Amino acid sequence: MSKHHVTTTINGDPVEYLCEVEQTLLDVLRDDLLMTGSKEGCASGDCGACSVTIDGRLVCSCLVLGVEAEGRRIETIEGMAKGDALHPLQQKFLDHAALQCGVCTPGFLVAAKSLLERNPNPTETEARYWLAGNLCRCTGYDKIIRAVLDAAAEMRRS
Amino acid sequence: MRYEAPETVDKAVALLASMGRKARVLAGGTDLLVQLRAGVVEPEMMIDIKKIAELRSIAREAGGFRIGAAVAGAEIREHADLRKAWPGICEAANLIGSTQIQGRASMGGNLCNASPAADSVPALIAAGAKVTVVGPAGRREVPVESIATGPGKTSLADGEFVVSFLLPPRPAHASDAYLRFIPRTEMDIAVVGAGVNVTLDAKGVVSAARVSLGAVAPTALVVEDAAKALIGTKGEAAALDALAKAASAACRPIDDKRGTKEFRIQVAGVIARRTAAKALERARKV
Repeated sequence: MSKHHVTTTINGDPVEYLCEVEQTLLDVLRDDLLMTGSKEGCASGDCGACSVTIDGRLVCSCLVLGVEAEGRRIETIEGMAKGDALHPLQQKFLDHAALQCGVCTPGFLVAAKSLLERNPNPTETEARYWLAGNLCRCTGYDKIIRAVLDAAAEMRRS
Repeated sequence: MRYEAPETVDKAVALLASMGRKARVLAGGTDLLVQLRAGVVEPEMMIDIKKIAELRSIAREAGGFRIGAAVAGAEIREHADLRKAWPGICEAANLIGSTQIQGRASMGGNLCNASPAADSVPALIAAGAKVTVVGPAGRREVPVESIATGPGKTSLADGEFVVSFLLPPRPAHASDAYLRFIPRTEMDIAVVGAGVNVTLDAKGVVSAARVSLGAVAPTALVVEDAAKALIGTKGEAAALDALAKAASAACRPIDDKRGTKEFRIQVAGVIARRTAAKALERARKV
């Protein structure tokens, strides 16, 4: 079976790869491009650990084929910090201890970033609904929500 | 497995015709890719229809709206004119899965996956929406309620796929609503779903109504008796009581982990009543 040649943009960089049709975008990111920040939790779109954005739209990369990335603009957790400078959301997750095992964290960060790009001043309810597709089995969510709202406040100030 | 992303409906039809049942149509993929991974489907070709402009656009047509079958839920939510004219359809489409799922899942997929609990289907049926189907024999336009024939089964012939939905023009004082019951507040599948669409005359009397229920029968139901209970009234308590009774009477549900038959029958009346009240309240304001 011949592989598909895909030309895309990931975190602002032009990227080319070869993939099988069966490979999801998550498979390509993790196994071929060695970008292992996006996690596979459920592989069925329920947990959000594989969240990325495609052309600015938040999606589960486990429910996207690698071939569908052709010509699109992908953003992953790897593009969030600028060198050693953490994104405000990342810093607030540390400050609020909004993670324990950390497997869900990249997905939460990517999803929260997508929320704040659309709504810089979300209510707690809006944040909770937006993040309802991201599961965390450690924190009980409260610290995550506090971190997101605190990051939103800081980003509005700066 | 091969992957094709045709840019025209004709090319997609030709590909489907050449592959028959060995091909699957890919829109948002939120059901299909899960089935693929589970080995439930093993197609030889994926035909991605998202590069066909007609399937990805929302446009005004004949005083109503035409919505491409592959338009994602998030795009429906963000369309201000559509949300104003058809709030019930938009709220139904926006109940399909999480924010991430909303970024991909389409009403075409929701319809063709043919789950009895599909949220957008009762809302589309209540709206009187038509669906355009294309296949080797050309195009045909049919009511939404004619597509699903049972859980996971549709009336689409080999080589056919859904192109778009057409919502009719909105007269004055008309609106819709969709509500569902789930055991928690997010991320679950309807135990009962209800779509109600109403039109009022200048005096606030219901002149037209459609009521559809999901998750209480093998396919979404059109409940004519519930609509009749509203027509000619102003939606007073007695009319809503009669609507609730008719909704419960129409149910042919199953027992499952989300609810018993008895529970579904009772909740169908409650949810239909609340949905009708919401649709009426909206219609009085437009």
